[in-house]
Amino acid sequence: MKKPLSAVAHTRSGDKGDTCNIGVIAWNPEDFPIIVREVTRERVKAHFGDLVKGDVERFELPNLGAVNLLLHESLGGGGTVSLRVDAQGKTYGAALLGMEIEVD
Amino acid sequence: MIRIANGQGFWGDWLEAPVRLVDEGPIDFLVLDYLAEITMSILQKQKQENPDFGYARDFPPLIGRLAAKLKAKNIKVVANAGGVNPTACAQAVLKAAPQLKVAVVHGDDVFSRLDEFADKGYEMRDMDTGEPISTIRARIQSANAYIGAFPLAEALATGADVVIAGRSTDTALTLAPMVYTFGWQPDDCDKLAAGTIAGHIIECGAQCSGGNCQVDWETIPDMANIGYPIIEAESDGTFVVTKHESAGGRVHSDTVKEQLLYELGDPKRYLTPDCTADFTSIRLEDAGLNRVRVSGIRGGPRPPTLKLSISYLNGWKAIGSLVYSWPQALDKARAADRIVRARLKTLGLGYDEIYTEFFGVNACHGSAAPPNPDPPEVQLRIGVRGQDRKAVDRFTRELIPLVLNGPPGATGFGEGRPPVREIVAYWSALIPREEIQTRVEEIA
Repeated sequence: MKKPLSAVAHTRSGDKGDTCNIGVIAWNPEDFPIIVREVTRERVKAHFGDLVKGDVERFELPNLGAVNLLLHESLGGGGTVSLRVDAQGKTYGAALLGMEIEVD
Repeated sequence: MIRIANGQGFWGDWLEAPVRLVDEGPIDFLVLDYLAEITMSILQKQKQENPDFGYARDFPPLIGRLAAKLKAKNIKVVANAGGVNPTACAQAVLKAAPQLKVAVVHGDDVFSRLDEFADKGYEMRDMDTGEPISTIRARIQSANAYIGAFPLAEALATGADVVIAGRSTDTALTLAPMVYTFGWQPDDCDKLAAGTIAGHIIECGAQCSGGNCQVDWETIPDMANIGYPIIEAESDGTFVVTKHESAGGRVHSDTVKEQLLYELGDPKRYLTPDCTADFTSIRLEDAGLNRVRVSGIRGGPRPPTLKLSISYLNGWKAIGSLVYSWPQALDKARAADRIVRARLKTLGLGYDEIYTEFFGVNACHGSAAPPNPDPPEVQLRIGVRGQDRKAVDRFTRELIPLVLNGPPGATGFGEGRPPVREIVAYWSALIPREEIQTRVEEIA
Protein backbone atom coordinates (compact mmCIF):
# COMPACT_ATOMS: atom_id res chain seq x y z
CA MET A 1 0.00 0.00 0.00
CA LYS A 2 1.41 3.43 -0.93
CA LYS A 3 1.42 6.13 1.75
CA PRO A 4 3.30 9.38 2.39
CA LEU A 5 6.36 9.10 4.63
CA SER A 6 4.44 11.11 7.26
CA ALA A 7 2.38 7.97 7.98
CA VAL A 8 5.39 6.26 9.57
CA ALA A 9 7.91 8.99 10.44
CA HIS A 10 8.53 12.51 11.65
CA THR A 11 11.54 14.61 10.68
CA ARG A 12 13.81 17.48 11.67
CA SER A 13 16.26 19.21 9.38
CA GLY A 14 19.11 21.70 9.68
CA ASP A 15 22.34 22.81 8.03
CA LYS A 16 26.12 22.54 8.07
CA GLY A 17 27.47 24.83 5.38
CA ASP A 18 25.97 23.84 2.02
CA THR A 19 24.80 20.45 3.37
CA CYS A 20 21.32 19.92 4.76
CA ASN A 21 20.73 17.07 7.21
CA ILE A 22 17.34 15.45 7.73
CA GLY A 23 16.67 13.16 10.67
CA VAL A 24 13.88 10.72 9.81
CA ILE A 25 12.41 9.14 12.95
CA ALA A 26 9.91 6.28 13.03
CA TRP A 27 6.73 7.01 15.00
CA ASN A 28 6.92 3.38 16.15
CA PRO A 29 10.34 1.74 16.49
CA GLU A 30 9.00 -1.43 14.77
CA ASP A 31 8.59 0.62 11.58
CA PHE A 32 12.34 1.35 11.44
CA PRO A 33 12.91 -1.43 8.84
CA ILE A 34 10.34 0.25 6.56
CA ILE A 35 12.30 3.49 6.73
CA VAL A 36 15.56 1.67 6.02
CA ARG A 37 13.98 -0.09 3.03
CA GLU A 38 12.04 2.86 1.58
CA VAL A 39 13.99 6.05 2.39
CA THR A 40 16.96 5.27 0.16
CA ARG A 41 19.64 7.71 -0.99
CA GLU A 42 18.45 7.48 -4.59
CA ARG A 43 14.79 8.10 -3.80
CA VAL A 44 15.55 11.04 -1.52
CA LYS A 45 17.71 12.64 -4.21
CA ALA A 46 14.96 12.14 -6.80
CA HIS A 47 12.31 13.57 -4.45
CA PHE A 48 14.19 16.85 -4.08
CA GLY A 49 15.02 17.19 -7.79
CA ASP A 50 16.95 20.38 -8.61
CA LEU A 51 17.24 21.45 -4.95
CA VAL A 52 19.97 18.87 -4.28
CA LYS A 53 23.01 19.18 -6.58
CA GLY A 54 25.29 16.73 -4.76
CA ASP A 55 25.08 13.21 -3.34
CA VAL A 56 22.81 11.99 -0.57
CA GLU A 57 24.47 10.07 2.28
CA ARG A 58 22.56 7.99 4.82
CA PHE A 59 23.42 6.79 8.34
CA GLU A 60 21.35 4.45 10.50
CA LEU A 61 20.56 4.92 14.20
CA PRO A 62 18.59 1.78 15.09
CA ASN A 63 18.67 2.76 18.78
CA LEU A 64 16.49 5.78 17.98
CA GLY A 65 14.53 4.12 15.15
CA ALA A 66 15.96 6.78 12.87
CA VAL A 67 18.11 7.45 9.83
CA ASN A 68 20.16 10.59 9.25
CA LEU A 69 20.34 11.91 5.68
CA LEU A 70 23.00 14.32 4.45
CA LEU A 71 21.97 16.24 1.32
CA HIS A 72 25.19 17.68 -0.11
CA GLU A 73 25.22 20.91 -2.16
CA SER A 74 21.58 21.47 -1.39
CA LEU A 75 21.39 24.98 0.08
CA GLY A 76 22.53 27.24 -2.74
CA GLY A 77 25.97 27.76 -1.17
CA GLY A 78 24.66 27.70 2.40
CA GLY A 79 24.38 30.22 5.22
CA THR A 80 24.96 33.80 4.17
CA VAL A 81 25.84 33.02 0.54
CA SER A 82 22.52 31.40 -0.41
CA LEU A 83 19.78 33.33 -2.20
CA ARG A 84 17.08 30.88 -1.09
CA VAL A 85 14.44 31.72 1.50
CA ASP A 86 15.25 28.44 3.25
CA ALA A 87 19.00 28.88 3.21
CA GLN A 88 19.36 26.55 6.21
CA GLY A 89 17.09 23.74 5.04
CA LYS A 90 14.79 24.21 8.02
CA THR A 91 11.78 23.04 5.98
CA TYR A 92 13.46 20.22 4.02
CA GLY A 93 12.42 17.69 6.65
CA ALA A 94 8.79 18.65 6.09
CA ALA A 95 9.28 18.40 2.32
CA LEU A 96 10.37 14.79 2.70
CA LEU A 97 7.17 13.89 4.58
CA GLY A 98 5.29 13.98 1.26
CA MET A 99 7.48 11.31 -0.37
CA GLU A 100 5.44 8.23 -1.26
CA ILE A 101 6.60 4.96 0.26
CA GLU A 102 5.36 1.38 0.22
CA VAL A 103 3.95 0.37 3.64
CA ASP A 104 3.29 -3.29 4.50
CA MET B 1 23.52 15.50 40.82
CA ILE B 2 23.83 18.94 39.23
CA ARG B 3 21.23 20.86 37.20
CA ILE B 4 22.45 22.59 34.04
CA ALA B 5 19.96 24.76 32.14
CA ASN B 6 20.24 26.31 28.69
CA GLY B 7 18.66 29.76 28.39
CA GLN B 8 19.74 30.84 24.89
CA GLY B 9 20.05 28.74 21.73
CA PHE B 10 21.49 31.55 19.61
CA TRP B 11 22.05 35.31 19.71
CA GLY B 12 18.53 36.57 19.21
CA ASP B 13 16.75 33.88 21.23
CA TRP B 14 13.92 34.67 23.68
CA LEU B 15 15.17 37.23 26.21
CA GLU B 16 12.85 36.01 28.98
CA ALA B 17 14.04 32.40 28.88
CA PRO B 18 17.14 32.69 31.12
CA VAL B 19 15.26 34.88 33.61
CA ARG B 20 12.49 32.29 33.94
CA LEU B 21 14.99 29.46 34.36
CA VAL B 22 16.46 31.31 37.32
CA ASP B 23 13.06 32.29 38.78
CA GLU B 24 10.93 29.20 38.34
CA GLY B 25 12.92 26.41 39.98
CA PRO B 26 16.30 25.11 41.07
CA ILE B 27 19.32 25.17 38.72
CA ASP B 28 23.05 25.14 39.48
CA PHE B 29 24.47 26.29 36.14
CA LEU B 30 22.95 28.54 33.48
CA VAL B 31 24.56 28.12 30.05
CA LEU B 32 23.96 30.53 27.19
CA ASP B 33 24.94 29.73 23.61
CA TYR B 34 25.23 32.88 21.51
CA LEU B 35 27.33 31.84 18.53
CA ALA B 36 26.25 30.38 15.20
CA GLU B 37 28.73 29.63 12.42
CA ILE B 38 28.46 33.10 10.97
CA THR B 39 28.12 35.17 14.17
CA MET B 40 31.89 35.60 14.64
CA SER B 41 32.21 37.50 11.35
CA ILE B 42 29.37 39.86 12.26
CA LEU B 43 31.06 40.52 15.60
CA GLN B 44 34.42 41.07 13.88
CA LYS B 45 32.82 43.76 11.71
CA GLN B 46 31.33 45.46 14.78
CA LYS B 47 34.72 45.43 16.50
CA GLN B 48 36.37 47.03 13.47
CA GLU B 49 33.86 49.88 13.74
CA ASN B 50 34.19 50.20 17.52
CA PRO B 51 37.04 48.52 19.44
CA ASP B 52 34.77 48.19 22.52
CA PHE B 53 32.27 45.99 20.61
CA GLY B 54 32.55 42.52 19.10
CA TYR B 55 30.63 40.48 21.68
CA ALA B 56 26.98 39.50 22.26
CA ARG B 57 25.63 42.77 23.59
CA ASP B 58 22.45 41.17 24.98
CA PHE B 59 24.59 39.44 27.58
CA PRO B 60 25.80 42.18 30.00
CA PRO B 61 22.32 43.67 30.55
CA LEU B 62 20.94 40.15 31.13
CA ILE B 63 23.58 39.48 33.79
CA GLY B 64 22.86 42.88 35.32
CA ARG B 65 19.17 41.93 35.52
CA LEU B 66 19.96 38.53 37.09
CA ALA B 67 22.97 39.41 39.28
CA ALA B 68 21.30 39.51 42.71
CA LYS B 69 19.44 36.23 42.09
CA LEU B 70 22.53 34.48 40.72
CA LYS B 71 24.39 35.41 43.90
CA ALA B 72 21.53 34.49 46.24
CA LYS B 73 20.93 31.11 44.58
CA ASN B 74 24.63 30.41 43.85
CA ILE B 75 24.00 29.87 40.13
CA LYS B 76 27.08 29.95 37.89
CA VAL B 77 26.86 31.20 34.30
CA VAL B 78 28.85 29.80 31.36
CA ALA B 79 28.48 31.61 28.03
CA ASN B 80 30.27 32.02 24.71
CA ALA B 81 29.09 35.62 24.68
CA GLY B 82 32.66 36.92 24.31
CA GLY B 83 32.71 36.62 20.53
CA VAL B 84 35.86 38.28 19.19
CA ASN B 85 36.23 40.58 22.22
CA PRO B 86 35.75 38.61 25.46
CA THR B 87 37.70 41.18 27.52
CA ALA B 88 35.34 44.00 26.55
CA CYS B 89 32.43 41.68 27.25
CA ALA B 90 33.77 40.92 30.74
CA GLN B 91 34.25 44.62 31.47
CA ALA B 92 30.66 45.36 30.42
CA VAL B 93 29.42 42.51 32.65
CA LEU B 94 31.35 43.87 35.63
CA LYS B 95 29.90 47.32 35.02
CA ALA B 96 26.38 45.86 34.98
CA ALA B 97 26.99 43.47 37.90
CA PRO B 98 29.93 44.68 40.05
CA GLN B 99 29.22 42.11 42.78
CA LEU B 100 30.03 39.15 40.49
CA LYS B 101 33.36 37.46 39.83
CA VAL B 102 34.14 37.05 36.15
CA ALA B 103 36.65 34.77 34.38
CA VAL B 104 37.53 34.89 30.69
CA VAL B 105 38.91 32.11 28.50
CA HIS B 106 41.39 33.34 25.87
CA GLY B 107 43.16 31.56 23.04
CA ASP B 108 40.51 30.77 20.44
CA ASP B 109 41.24 33.85 18.32
CA VAL B 110 43.91 32.93 15.74
CA PHE B 111 43.29 35.69 13.19
CA SER B 112 46.76 37.16 13.79
CA ARG B 113 48.42 33.74 13.51
CA LEU B 114 47.19 32.66 10.06
CA ASP B 115 50.43 33.59 8.30
CA GLU B 116 52.42 31.75 10.96
CA PHE B 117 50.22 28.67 10.34
CA ALA B 118 50.70 28.99 6.57
CA ASP B 119 54.49 29.25 7.05
CA LYS B 120 54.36 26.01 9.02
CA GLY B 121 52.78 24.36 6.00
CA TYR B 122 49.19 24.04 7.23
CA GLU B 123 46.99 24.36 4.16
CA MET B 124 43.76 24.82 6.16
CA ARG B 125 41.72 23.40 3.27
CA ASP B 126 37.98 24.04 3.40
CA MET B 127 36.30 20.98 4.89
CA ASP B 128 33.47 21.22 2.32
CA THR B 129 35.28 21.99 -0.93
CA GLY B 130 38.89 20.93 -0.25
CA GLU B 131 40.29 24.22 -1.55
CA PRO B 132 43.43 25.62 0.18
CA ILE B 133 43.04 28.76 2.28
CA SER B 134 45.45 30.68 0.05
CA THR B 135 42.54 31.23 -2.39
CA ILE B 136 40.76 33.50 0.12
CA ARG B 137 43.67 34.71 2.31
CA ALA B 138 43.32 38.42 1.51
CA ARG B 139 39.57 38.42 2.17
CA ILE B 140 39.59 36.76 5.61
CA GLN B 141 37.79 38.70 8.35
CA SER B 142 38.06 36.43 11.39
CA ALA B 143 39.57 33.09 12.39
CA ASN B 144 38.83 31.21 15.60
CA ALA B 145 39.52 27.72 16.85
CA TYR B 146 36.64 25.85 18.46
CA ILE B 147 37.73 25.19 22.03
CA GLY B 148 36.33 22.52 24.33
CA ALA B 149 35.10 22.09 27.89
CA PHE B 150 38.38 21.80 29.80
CA PRO B 151 39.42 25.47 29.61
CA LEU B 152 35.87 26.46 30.64
CA ALA B 153 36.05 24.05 33.61
CA GLU B 154 39.39 25.61 34.56
CA ALA B 155 37.67 29.00 34.56
CA LEU B 156 34.87 27.68 36.81
CA ALA B 157 37.56 26.42 39.19
CA THR B 158 38.69 30.01 39.85
CA GLY B 159 35.41 30.50 41.72
CA ALA B 160 33.99 32.73 39.02
CA ASP B 161 30.26 33.46 38.97
CA VAL B 162 30.36 34.13 35.24
CA VAL B 163 32.62 32.39 32.71
CA ILE B 164 32.96 34.12 29.34
CA ALA B 165 34.43 32.40 26.30
CA GLY B 166 34.81 33.29 22.65
CA ARG B 167 34.39 30.50 20.11
CA SER B 168 33.85 27.56 22.40
CA THR B 169 31.78 24.71 20.99
CA ASP B 170 28.11 24.82 21.87
CA THR B 171 28.31 21.45 23.62
CA ALA B 172 31.33 22.48 25.76
CA LEU B 173 29.18 25.00 27.64
CA THR B 174 27.10 22.14 29.10
CA LEU B 175 29.96 19.66 29.47
CA ALA B 176 32.19 22.12 31.38
CA PRO B 177 30.10 22.18 34.59
CA MET B 178 30.22 18.35 34.63
CA VAL B 179 33.99 18.24 34.08
CA TYR B 180 34.43 20.83 36.84
CA THR B 181 32.00 19.28 39.36
CA PHE B 182 32.72 15.60 38.79
CA GLY B 183 36.45 15.89 38.07
CA TRP B 184 36.23 14.07 34.74
CA GLN B 185 39.57 13.64 32.93
CA PRO B 186 40.40 13.85 29.19
CA ASP B 187 40.50 10.02 28.96
CA ASP B 188 37.01 9.55 30.51
CA CYS B 189 35.74 9.15 26.95
CA ASP B 190 32.31 7.65 27.70
CA LYS B 191 31.48 10.30 30.29
CA LEU B 192 32.74 13.14 28.10
CA ALA B 193 30.63 11.77 25.23
CA ALA B 194 27.59 11.67 27.53
CA GLY B 195 28.11 15.27 28.62
CA THR B 196 28.65 16.29 25.00
CA ILE B 197 25.37 14.65 23.94
CA ALA B 198 23.62 16.35 26.87
CA GLY B 199 25.02 19.58 25.46
CA HIS B 200 23.79 18.75 21.96
CA ILE B 201 20.29 18.11 23.32
CA ILE B 202 19.99 21.49 25.06
CA GLU B 203 22.22 23.71 22.89
CA CYS B 204 19.26 24.93 20.82
CA GLY B 205 17.19 25.89 23.85
CA ALA B 206 13.50 25.01 23.56
CA GLN B 207 14.04 23.00 20.37
CA CYS B 208 14.21 19.90 22.65
CA SER B 209 11.33 20.90 24.93
CA GLY B 210 8.50 21.32 22.43
CA GLY B 211 9.70 24.07 20.10
CA ASN B 212 9.80 23.34 16.35
CA CYS B 213 8.50 19.86 17.10
CA GLN B 214 6.42 17.90 14.58
CA VAL B 215 5.09 15.42 17.15
CA ASP B 216 1.52 16.40 18.12
CA TRP B 217 2.55 20.03 17.92
CA GLU B 218 -1.04 21.25 18.30
CA THR B 219 -1.27 19.68 21.78
CA ILE B 220 2.01 20.94 23.27
CA PRO B 221 0.93 22.83 26.39
CA ASP B 222 1.32 26.57 26.92
CA MET B 223 3.84 27.36 24.17
CA ALA B 224 3.64 31.06 25.16
CA ASN B 225 5.43 30.14 28.39
CA ILE B 226 7.60 27.37 26.96
CA GLY B 227 10.15 25.94 29.38
CA TYR B 228 13.80 25.88 28.36
CA PRO B 229 15.64 22.60 28.99
CA ILE B 230 17.44 21.41 32.08
CA ILE B 231 19.93 18.53 32.35
CA GLU B 232 20.08 16.68 35.68
CA ALA B 233 23.58 15.24 35.36
CA GLU B 234 25.02 12.40 37.43
CA SER B 235 28.72 11.75 37.97
CA ASP B 236 28.50 8.39 36.11
CA GLY B 237 27.52 10.13 32.86
CA THR B 238 23.81 9.31 32.92
CA PHE B 239 21.39 12.22 32.89
CA VAL B 240 17.75 13.29 32.72
CA VAL B 241 16.41 15.93 30.34
CA THR B 242 13.61 17.94 31.93
CA LYS B 243 12.18 21.44 32.43
CA HIS B 244 10.67 23.40 35.28
CA GLU B 245 7.25 21.96 36.17
CA SER B 246 5.37 25.26 35.98
CA ALA B 247 6.68 26.12 32.52
CA GLY B 248 4.96 25.22 29.24
CA GLY B 249 6.25 22.97 26.49
CA ARG B 250 6.91 19.23 26.53
CA VAL B 251 9.96 17.05 27.20
CA HIS B 252 9.41 13.56 25.82
CA SER B 253 11.58 10.97 24.08
CA ASP B 254 10.02 12.14 20.77
CA THR B 255 11.01 15.79 21.29
CA VAL B 256 14.49 14.73 22.41
CA LYS B 257 14.93 12.40 19.41
CA GLU B 258 14.17 15.24 16.99
CA GLN B 259 16.83 17.41 18.62
CA LEU B 260 19.36 14.55 18.71
CA LEU B 261 19.08 14.32 14.91
CA TYR B 262 19.38 18.10 14.44
CA GLU B 263 22.50 19.24 12.55
CA LEU B 264 24.01 15.78 12.88
CA GLY B 265 26.64 14.28 10.54
CA ASP B 266 28.04 10.76 10.94
CA PRO B 267 26.30 9.61 14.15
CA LYS B 268 29.14 7.28 15.17
CA ARG B 269 31.74 10.02 14.86
CA TYR B 270 30.45 13.25 16.39
CA LEU B 271 33.74 15.09 16.79
CA THR B 272 34.38 17.76 19.39
CA PRO B 273 37.57 19.10 20.99
CA ASP B 274 36.74 16.89 24.01
CA CYS B 275 35.87 13.47 22.57
CA THR B 276 34.29 11.46 19.76
CA ALA B 277 30.67 10.78 20.70
CA ASP B 278 28.68 7.81 19.37
CA PHE B 279 25.00 8.72 18.87
CA THR B 280 24.16 5.09 18.05
CA SER B 281 24.85 4.15 21.69
CA ILE B 282 22.22 6.47 23.21
CA ARG B 283 19.40 4.86 25.20
CA LEU B 284 16.31 7.00 25.85
CA GLU B 285 13.60 6.19 28.34
CA ASP B 286 10.53 8.22 29.35
CA ALA B 287 10.78 8.41 33.14
CA GLY B 288 7.69 10.35 34.16
CA LEU B 289 5.98 13.46 32.83
CA ASN B 290 8.49 15.77 31.10
CA ARG B 291 11.43 13.60 32.12
CA VAL B 292 13.63 11.63 29.70
CA ARG B 293 16.42 9.47 31.09
CA VAL B 294 19.50 9.12 28.88
CA SER B 295 22.08 6.37 29.40
CA GLY B 296 24.41 3.90 27.70
CA ILE B 297 26.45 6.52 25.86
CA ARG B 298 29.83 5.45 24.53
CA GLY B 299 32.64 7.65 23.29
CA GLY B 300 36.12 7.56 21.84
CA PRO B 301 39.23 9.73 22.22
CA ARG B 302 39.34 13.38 21.29
CA PRO B 303 40.64 14.05 17.76
CA PRO B 304 44.23 15.26 17.18
CA THR B 305 42.94 18.35 15.37
CA LEU B 306 40.74 21.31 16.25
CA LYS B 307 38.29 22.92 13.84
CA LEU B 308 38.80 26.51 12.73
CA SER B 309 35.86 28.83 12.07
CA ILE B 310 36.96 31.35 9.44
CA SER B 311 34.91 34.10 7.83
CA TYR B 312 35.78 35.87 4.58
CA LEU B 313 34.25 38.40 2.18
CA ASN B 314 32.69 36.83 -0.90
CA GLY B 315 30.94 39.52 -2.96
CA TRP B 316 27.53 41.15 -2.71
CA LYS B 317 23.91 40.12 -2.83
CA ALA B 318 20.41 41.56 -2.95
CA ILE B 319 16.99 39.92 -2.84
CA GLY B 320 13.76 41.64 -3.86
CA SER B 321 10.13 40.68 -4.22
CA LEU B 322 6.80 41.63 -5.80
CA VAL B 323 3.34 40.13 -5.24
CA TYR B 324 1.05 39.09 -8.13
CA SER B 325 -2.65 38.42 -7.49
CA TRP B 326 -5.23 36.08 -9.00
CA PRO B 327 -6.10 35.39 -11.77
CA GLN B 328 -3.07 33.67 -13.34
CA ALA B 329 -0.88 34.85 -10.49
CA LEU B 330 1.86 32.30 -11.16
CA ASP B 331 1.91 32.98 -14.93
CA LYS B 332 2.28 36.69 -14.26
CA ALA B 333 5.06 36.17 -11.73
CA ARG B 334 6.91 33.89 -14.15
CA ALA B 335 6.56 36.47 -16.92
CA ALA B 336 7.93 39.19 -14.62
CA ASP B 337 10.91 36.98 -13.78
CA ARG B 338 11.68 36.50 -17.49
CA ILE B 339 11.44 40.28 -18.07
CA VAL B 340 13.85 41.11 -15.24
CA ARG B 341 16.37 38.57 -16.50
CA ALA B 342 16.09 39.89 -20.06
CA ARG B 343 16.63 43.48 -18.93
CA LEU B 344 19.69 42.52 -16.85
CA LYS B 345 21.08 40.68 -19.86
CA THR B 346 20.52 43.69 -22.12
CA LEU B 347 22.42 45.81 -19.61
CA GLY B 348 25.30 43.35 -19.95
CA LEU B 349 25.39 42.66 -16.21
CA GLY B 350 26.94 39.39 -15.02
CA TYR B 351 26.29 37.61 -11.72
CA ASP B 352 27.56 34.50 -9.97
CA GLU B 353 23.92 33.48 -9.60
CA ILE B 354 20.36 34.70 -10.24
CA TYR B 355 17.81 32.70 -8.27
CA THR B 356 14.03 32.92 -8.42
CA GLU B 357 11.40 31.50 -6.06
CA PHE B 358 7.61 31.72 -6.21
CA PHE B 359 6.13 32.02 -2.70
CA GLY B 360 2.88 30.13 -2.42
CA VAL B 361 4.07 27.65 -5.04
CA ASN B 362 7.60 26.33 -4.60
CA ALA B 363 9.80 28.60 -2.45
CA CYS B 364 10.46 26.21 0.43
CA HIS B 365 10.24 22.82 -1.27
CA GLY B 366 11.08 23.35 -4.97
CA SER B 367 9.81 20.58 -7.18
CA ALA B 368 8.98 18.52 -4.06
CA ALA B 369 6.10 20.91 -3.27
CA PRO B 370 2.58 19.63 -4.00
CA PRO B 371 0.96 21.23 -7.09
CA ASN B 372 -0.92 24.50 -6.53
CA PRO B 373 -2.25 25.32 -10.02
CA ASP B 374 -4.25 28.53 -9.41
CA PRO B 375 -3.15 30.20 -6.15
CA PRO B 376 -4.89 33.42 -5.04
CA GLU B 377 -1.56 35.23 -4.96
CA VAL B 378 2.10 34.50 -5.59
CA GLN B 379 5.13 36.37 -4.33
CA LEU B 380 7.93 36.59 -6.85
CA ARG B 381 11.27 36.61 -5.04
CA ILE B 382 14.43 37.17 -7.09
CA GLY B 383 17.95 37.23 -5.68
CA VAL B 384 21.28 37.95 -7.33
CA ARG B 385 24.84 37.66 -6.06
CA GLY B 386 28.17 38.55 -7.59
CA GLN B 387 31.55 40.14 -7.05
CA ASP B 388 30.61 43.49 -8.66
CA ARG B 389 28.69 45.66 -6.22
CA LYS B 390 27.49 48.00 -8.97
CA ALA B 391 25.86 45.15 -10.88
CA VAL B 392 24.06 43.99 -7.73
CA ASP B 393 22.98 47.56 -6.98
CA ARG B 394 21.60 47.98 -10.52
CA PHE B 395 19.49 44.84 -10.06
CA THR B 396 17.74 46.45 -7.07
CA ARG B 397 16.39 49.12 -9.47
CA GLU B 398 14.92 46.63 -11.94
CA LEU B 399 12.03 45.25 -9.86
CA ILE B 400 9.72 48.13 -8.94
CA PRO B 401 9.37 49.46 -12.54
CA LEU B 402 7.52 46.21 -13.32
CA VAL B 403 4.55 47.50 -11.32
CA LEU B 404 3.84 49.88 -14.23
CA ASN B 405 5.68 48.31 -17.16
CA GLY B 406 5.20 44.56 -16.59
CA PRO B 407 2.35 42.04 -16.28
CA PRO B 408 -0.88 43.26 -14.57
CA GLY B 409 -1.71 42.92 -10.90
CA ALA B 410 1.61 43.61 -9.15
CA THR B 411 1.76 44.99 -5.62
CA GLY B 412 3.77 44.57 -2.43
CA PHE B 413 6.58 46.96 -3.31
CA GLY B 414 6.09 49.16 -0.23
CA GLU B 415 9.52 48.44 1.19
CA GLY B 416 11.14 50.11 -1.83
CA ARG B 417 14.42 48.92 -3.33
CA PRO B 418 15.97 45.96 -1.56
CA PRO B 419 19.26 46.63 0.26
CA VAL B 420 22.61 45.44 -1.13
CA ARG B 421 24.46 43.33 1.43
CA GLU B 422 28.08 42.25 1.54
CA ILE B 423 28.43 38.47 1.74
CA VAL B 424 30.49 37.20 4.65
CA ALA B 425 31.04 33.53 3.92
CA TYR B 426 32.11 30.70 6.20
CA TRP B 427 35.19 28.50 5.85
CA SER B 428 36.00 25.59 8.16
CA ALA B 429 39.41 23.91 8.35
CA LEU B 430 41.52 21.79 10.69
CA ILE B 431 44.66 22.62 12.69
CA PRO B 432 46.76 20.42 15.02
CA ARG B 433 45.41 20.92 18.52
CA GLU B 434 48.89 21.63 19.95
CA GLU B 435 48.81 24.97 18.13
CA ILE B 436 45.99 26.25 20.34
CA GLN B 437 46.93 27.25 23.89
CA THR B 438 44.11 28.58 26.05
CA ARG B 439 44.51 30.85 29.07
CA VAL B 440 42.09 31.77 31.85
CA GLU B 441 42.03 35.35 33.10
CA GLU B 442 40.20 36.46 36.23
CA ILE B 443 38.80 39.95 35.75
CA ALA B 444 38.05 42.21 38.68
